Amino acid sequence: MSDTDQILSEAALWHRAGRGVALATVVTTWGSSPRPVGSKLAVDDQGRFIGSVSGGCVEGAVVESALDTIRTGTPKLLDFGVTDEQAWDVGLACGGKVQIFVERLS
Amino acid sequence: MKITLLERRLAEQHAGRTTVLVTDIKTGAQLLLGDGIAEGDLALDNEARAAINRAVIEDKSQTIDGPAGPLFIEVWNPPMRLVVVGAVHIAQTLARMAVETGYAVTIIDPRSAFASEERFPGVTLATDWPDEVLPALKPDKRTAIVTLTHDPKIDDPALQAALKSDAFYIGALGSRRTHAKRAERLATAGFDATAFARIHGPVGLDIGALTPGEIAVSILAEITAVLRRDRIKTKEDKAA
Repeated sequence: MSDTDQILSEAALWHRAGRGVALATVVTTWGSSPRPVGSKLAVDDQGRFIGSVSGGCVEGAVVESALDTIRTGTPKLLDFGVTDEQAWDVGLACGGKVQIFVERLS
Repeated sequence: MKITLLERRLAEQHAGRTTVLVTDIKTGAQLLLGDGIAEGDLALDNEARAAINRAVIEDKSQTIDGPAGPLFIEVWNPPMRLVVVGAVHIAQTLARMAVETGYAVTIIDPRSAFASEERFPGVTLATDWPDEVLPALKPDKRTAIVTLTHDPKIDDPALQAALKSDAFYIGALGSRRTHAKRAERLATAGFDATAFARIHGPVGLDIGALTPGEIAVSILAEITAVLRRDRIKTKEDKAA
C-alpha cells in the first residue's frame, strides 16, 4: 500500500468515526521542494495528523489552516515559499515554493 | 472532498484500476474520472480533457490552467508491482522493504514449504511454476521482477517469461560466473544478447551488501534507479 493510500484510507476511517477531517495536497511546486506534487496530509478536528506535505517545515501552518477549513468547510489554497512574507516564520529551508490545497472531507 | 468520492477512489485503487481526480482549486469543485466513472460537480472543456489524458499517460499529477481557473489533475495509478521468484531468506526482507517503498509484492515459489504464510505475512503468494504464474500476472511497465532461487530449474523459466513481458526491471541473483552460464542457457532457448542485456545480474547495485537486509537495499536501490533513470543527475550537473 502506498503512502497516499494509507493516508486516505485512514482519513476515511476518521470521517466514518465522526471526526472532522481535512485533506491537504501539494498541487504545485517550484524549484527544489521537499515533497512532490500529490503529497498529502490528513488532519482531524483535534489537530492530529498523518502524512506530510513538506517534510516538516510548513506542517504546523497547514494544520492550523486545516482546522479552520474543518470548521468553515471553505477550501483554501496556501502558498509557501521564500518570496512569501510567511517565509520568515514558516518558510521552506530548501528555498523552494509550494502550493497546498486544503479541503474538508464531508 | 465528498467521502463518497474518496471511498470510490479507494475501491478503484484496491481493484487495481487508475483514477483521476480533477479539482478546481479556487472553488473546490471536483470530478472523479475512471473506468466507466465520471462523478462530481465540475464541468470540463475539451482542452482540459486533453490535458487530463496527457497527465494519465505521463503518470504525473499536475496543475493546469482550466476554463475558469487552475485545475489540479491528480493521477492515481494502482501501486507499482514487484514479483519475486524464490521465497528465500532475502525475499522475506525484500518483500517488507518493497511494501514500504510502495510496491504490491507477489512471491512465486513452487516449493510450498518456502512460500508459506508464516514466512510472508500479508504478501501475495503463488506456489505454481513461474512460467505459469508470471504470464497470468501480465507484468507491465510498472512491474519489476527479481529471481532469487539460484536454481536454474526455477529461475530460468521465470526469466524467460519476464523477458517476454514489458517489465521495467528484471534482476537475477547470482555471481558473474553464474550469470555468464545463464546467458548461454538463454541463448540456447532462443533469446538474443539484447534480450539478455535487460537482465540485471548480479542483481542490485554494488554497495558491498553482505546481509539479507543489505542485499534487499541494493536490489531496491537498483530498481529505483532504473525507474527514476531520467531524474539521476551526475555530480557535475549538480555543480553547474
